[in-house]
Amino acid sequence: MARTILVVDDDLDFLTQMRLQLEAVGYDVVTVETAQAARERVARQRPDLVLVDLMMEQPDAGFSLCYHIKRHDPTIPVVIVTAVTSATGLSFDAETDEERAWVKADALLAKPVRFEQLERELQRLLKD
Amino acid sequence: MDTLRVLVVDDEAGMRHAVLRALRPFRVHLPDVEGEVCFDVEQASSGEEALALLSIRQPDLMLLDHKMGGMSGVEVLDELRRQERDILTIMITAFATLETAVRATKSGAFDFLAKPFTPDELKDTVRKATGHLMMQRQARKLAAEKRRIRFEFISVLGHELKAPLAAIEGYLHIVRDQALGSDLPAYKDVIERCLVRSEGMRKLILDLLDMTRIESGEKRRELTRVDVRAIARSAVETVKPAADQRHVTVVLAEDGPVEMTADRGEIEIIFNNLLSNAVKYNRDGGRVDVTLHADEQRVTIAVADTGIGMTPEEAAKLFNDFVRIKNDKTRDILGSGLGLSLVKKLALMYGGDVGVTSRPDVGSTFTVTLQREHKPPAVDDAAVRNTPLAARG
Repeated sequence: MARTILVVDDDLDFLTQMRLQLEAVGYDVVTVETAQAARERVARQRPDLVLVDLMMEQPDAGFSLCYHIKRHDPTIPVVIVTAVTSATGLSFDAETDEERAWVKADALLAKPVRFEQLERELQRLLKD
Repeated sequence: MDTLRVLVVDDEAGMRHAVLRALRPFRVHLPDVEGEVCFDVEQASSGEEALALLSIRQPDLMLLDHKMGGMSGVEVLDELRRQERDILTIMITAFATLETAVRATKSGAFDFLAKPFTPDELKDTVRKATGHLMMQRQARKLAAEKRRIRFEFISVLGHELKAPLAAIEGYLHIVRDQALGSDLPAYKDVIERCLVRSEGMRKLILDLLDMTRIESGEKRRELTRVDVRAIARSAVETVKPAADQRHVTVVLAEDGPVEMTADRGEIEIIFNNLLSNAVKYNRDGGRVDVTLHADEQRVTIAVADTGIGMTPEEAAKLFNDFVRIKNDKTRDILGSGLGLSLVKKLALMYGGDVGVTSRPDVGSTFTVTLQREHKPPAVDDAAVRNTPLAARG
């Protein structure tokens, strides 16, 4: 049975691209545009993995979404994707161990996402 | 209320107590920073004791006797300078000789108080020093705030510029990997989205250039007599193709010329932003009404649309940098998030302002007021200068 990946991003083009590429390699894809919609979707039906954009309504909306998903169900793998890296002069990365422990993201990827890299992460996180 | 720590250094106990008694109940009102300051007074009976106390806890203000047994006041100042410590100091001098005054000033004293002095003289001097200190702090706070705003602006800008690039790169990967098969027409939408996103990026860069030009100040501005109605007319022409596409009718109320002193380019920026928003956030087949009104002092521009409107909460933050209203109705509308903040900055430069009244699903009316006779110094208004790109360090 195909695995379901929930993609959360306020950039419609990113959602389109993820859908195209993930469906092409056999995943089921559900897309939502806000953290709120993501939490509702996760509560209603457990996705096999969540792919979250870091900077949605607030600069770190992705982090708190990840925190909430993990609190709801720690077994759902969460991958955070972000266009914000140190190159922009400001890093929203979880910098300390304490912050990383709070966020509990399973992987952090930079935009533009190299699809091979994303696929590897997905395979790793969904292997069992 | 702020508390300033004062250290009184004098070898005469009577003098120290007199200062304590005068300053404990003393309050300084600072109208400029809207604050009140009170004093927490500590004392030392010699220069050596003062230095020891200072190394534990630095006071904000020091009242320092010059002529003491052991180290003199000036020697204490010299030592502090050697340690590169900066404490605002009022020298107390028993014999107010010119020589002492000159040496103390050289060593960094802020003011003098000649013994014997009355409590009122003491309070007067302390009031002056307090004003100086608080102004210094305020200036430091403002500078830090400016740096923070600029930093925030640049990091959000970084994100806003990277997001379309990432989208375009993502699509290019799809094309390169032929993820949709080898049939070229299958990529039509992908290519269309790339064009839309690069257009959005171009708009952002153009808005940024406008903003930089506005904030770079007076030197590039050309203030002449302009006819606002004529500028409005040409802005309506500019927006027409986009309006026609969505069957939106744009109507400029025709009447005589409305003259004011302005930089033509700046007034164009105001109209172009308001009109393109009024079309973008309209419904298909909607309407945009542009009306101009002038009295002795002011020109009022109103742009009313029949569009999606917004809630009061959304309207409240609308004029800030990079604020875009995000909801289902706006998801497909592109914008830089700088247009209205530009309009606001310009309106302030012209001694006016911008406001909005709006109802969801009914429409919005944006109103810009401008002073007809524009006073050049207005560009130095704090409101304009404090905007991020103008924070020149």
